[in-house]
Amino acid sequence: MIVELGHFSTVLALICSAMLSIIPIIGAQTNNGHLMAIAKSAARAQFLLVFLGFLALTWAFVTNDFSLTYVASNSNSSLPLGFRISAVWGAHEGSLLLWVLILSIWMAAFTCSNNDMPPKFKARVLAILGIISFGFLVFMLFTSNPFLRSLPPPANGLDLNPLLQDLGLIIHPPLLYAGYVGFSVPFALAIAALLGDGVNPAWARWARPWVLVAWSFLTVGISLGSWWAYYELGWGGWWFWDPVENASFMPWLLGTALIHSLAASEKRNIFKSWTILLAIATFGLSLIGTFLVRSGILTSVHAFATDPTRGVFILAFLTIVIGGALAVFAANKPQSDPLASNSLAARETFLLTNSILLSVATATVLLGTLYPLLIDALGLGKMSVGAPYFNSVFIPLMVPLLMLIGFGQSAHWRRDSFKRLLSVAKYPAACATTLAVGAWAMLDGTGAIQAALALLMAFWVIVTTLKNLYLQLSNATKISPVRRAFLGQSVAHIGFAVTVIGVTLVSIYSVEKHVRMSPGESIEFSNYQATFNSIKKITGPNYSGVEATFNVTQDEKVIAVLFPQKRNYNAGSQTMTEAGISAGITKDIYIALGEKIDTEDWGVRLNIKPFVRWIWFGAFLMAAGGMIAASDLRFKRLNKNRRPSRQT
Amino acid sequence: MSPRKKRLLTLALAVAGLALATGLILTAFEKNLMYFYSPSEIADGKAPDNRPFRIGGMVVKGSVVREKDSLGVWFNLTDYAHERMVYYKGILPDLFREGQGIVAKGALNGTGLFVATEVLAKHDENYMPPEVADALKKAQGYEN
Repeated sequence: MIVELGHFSTVLALICSAMLSIIPIIGAQTNNGHLMAIAKSAARAQFLLVFLGFLALTWAFVTNDFSLTYVASNSNSSLPLGFRISAVWGAHEGSLLLWVLILSIWMAAFTCSNNDMPPKFKARVLAILGIISFGFLVFMLFTSNPFLRSLPPPANGLDLNPLLQDLGLIIHPPLLYAGYVGFSVPFALAIAALLGDGVNPAWARWARPWVLVAWSFLTVGISLGSWWAYYELGWGGWWFWDPVENASFMPWLLGTALIHSLAASEKRNIFKSWTILLAIATFGLSLIGTFLVRSGILTSVHAFATDPTRGVFILAFLTIVIGGALAVFAANKPQSDPLASNSLAARETFLLTNSILLSVATATVLLGTLYPLLIDALGLGKMSVGAPYFNSVFIPLMVPLLMLIGFGQSAHWRRDSFKRLLSVAKYPAACATTLAVGAWAMLDGTGAIQAALALLMAFWVIVTTLKNLYLQLSNATKISPVRRAFLGQSVAHIGFAVTVIGVTLVSIYSVEKHVRMSPGESIEFSNYQATFNSIKKITGPNYSGVEATFNVTQDEKVIAVLFPQKRNYNAGSQTMTEAGISAGITKDIYIALGEKIDTEDWGVRLNIKPFVRWIWFGAFLMAAGGMIAASDLRFKRLNKNRRPSRQT
Repeated sequence: MSPRKKRLLTLALAVAGLALATGLILTAFEKNLMYFYSPSEIADGKAPDNRPFRIGGMVVKGSVVREKDSLGVWFNLTDYAHERMVYYKGILPDLFREGQGIVAKGALNGTGLFVATEVLAKHDENYMPPEVADALKKAQGYEN
């Protein structure tokens, strides 16, 4: 009964979104305040109804209602409660419901945003978001409905894929979606601006916090996925350039470009067309990501659907949304920028170059991701693009990007000279070089020059950021304190440098060894000694398996005791590797069991992962920076002069 | 600098950047495209001798042989029309087992043995790599 109510509630949400898609737009075109006012209540009602649907599905999982096909295929009565709840979004249908729920949350949040947007503009934004929710609700209800029953119910469910039975995976999809879906708000803001008053600094000021928050969520979502792959897949990889990862990385790259382009649009009223296009493209890539991941043309742990109608639907929806958006853009293109008064060394140039570099990076990832699919679709053979492609293209683009961060932060708006920029860069550059050379000398035994270059670039960013932060802090007064936008920017740039350090060092200095060992045996690797002490049987709530004990010693001193496991999940008889990891600031020691060979021996994977944590810590700093910047009060300022009476 | 010159310079910078990126992409692309061949296609001589590629098929039941005292392992991959022997030294993925569809990266060693550098089996036991499914379908055509 509860499930039927949830189903019904979701259908009502669909009707709500249909009303929201049409009525406020008519209101905005005809200047009818009553029709426009419907937007707010319709958006809130839609949120409530989708939330009820989501609760009902969660209820079905909690109570093990296996008469629901979706529950039966993705849960099991022996699954612990926490995983039963996260199983709600463990597969295609439920994850779509989560997609719509998060979109509704964003919409409800938008109705609460307290600022000086004209009601017409707000109505249009909500209507565009309504169109997007309508599309996804139709998609869910007609092609992938999680509320369908199959009677008689099976005695028990099939179980959730054991890979997904993990804390990281409980929070990874919601955060990732919050980011993906969050870019729908800047998208809607962009279209509403094109339909209405156009792009101006006030518009950019409204858009910035939404972009920043969505981007921060996406940053955390991606890095959680990377962290999860690292400890759960059992071989210590943290990024694979897998199409599914690329699908989330592309909107992130363009979203980063959008943040920087918006800053210029707000401060100098420039790059208007470019900013709008970035807002459209970022959300477009989020939709392409959803299409790639959910259509089943990619196959990985993320690809749930293999039903071609679903792929066709998303593709059609994508075409309508992005095609429509570009048509609106073509018809209402913002005026071209008054770039003429700028000098080439001004901050505008650095922001423009940032946009170019990030867009080119996005394009290369897009090419490497879509090309194999295209060739396959044309029947020209099956192929894949290896990680070396992405690495060899990406790194040369990141080096100038890092260099520009340092200069761009010191550059003035409007007018500056390269001479001045170089002269203020002297000391930071010397300082960064000293730090980089010092760190390189301490770390490197192999003379990898790429590591030295990356360290130099990362320290350059850190030093210049800290210097600018120091200057701002020492100039700050009570009346004009350091703005949070600036603080957030500094934190995020340092975070980026930290991630770069982590990525470089772990890529260059990782040690990996596959060995065959039996209990009691010892093996040397790197400057460590790993001893396979013992192995014992273990039993978990829904699995059984073995757990090994390894002692890792360095210079006769035990520095880590690790307990890697091999699990067999009862319901699907799947085998899973749980790595034993000793986490540290400068390195992780990572041991995973392979398979049992003969009677006594085991395949054992020994890894040293230097500075791997820095990757995720840096990402955390970036996200924190985004949030700090988004909380800048300037973005929330109420312009009381322009809007004397607040409507409710 | 006049605005016109400035715009030209900006344009030139953008074009130079794009040209550089295009060059990088094309070289990297050419080097890292990895084609997929089924055992039947390899038997037909379609696979390259000097360049890595991917092979896929079902692991033949009873064909897995381990080296003594190392992690080396031999097995045969089949698309039910042709078989190809594969050698791999390292830890096999959790879902590697006889009768399972897998994909391996590597190259032919000159004597017809496929030496794998990486063996991929996906995360789900009910799951069949699409390349393998496709190869099996094609191999049926070979027999007819």
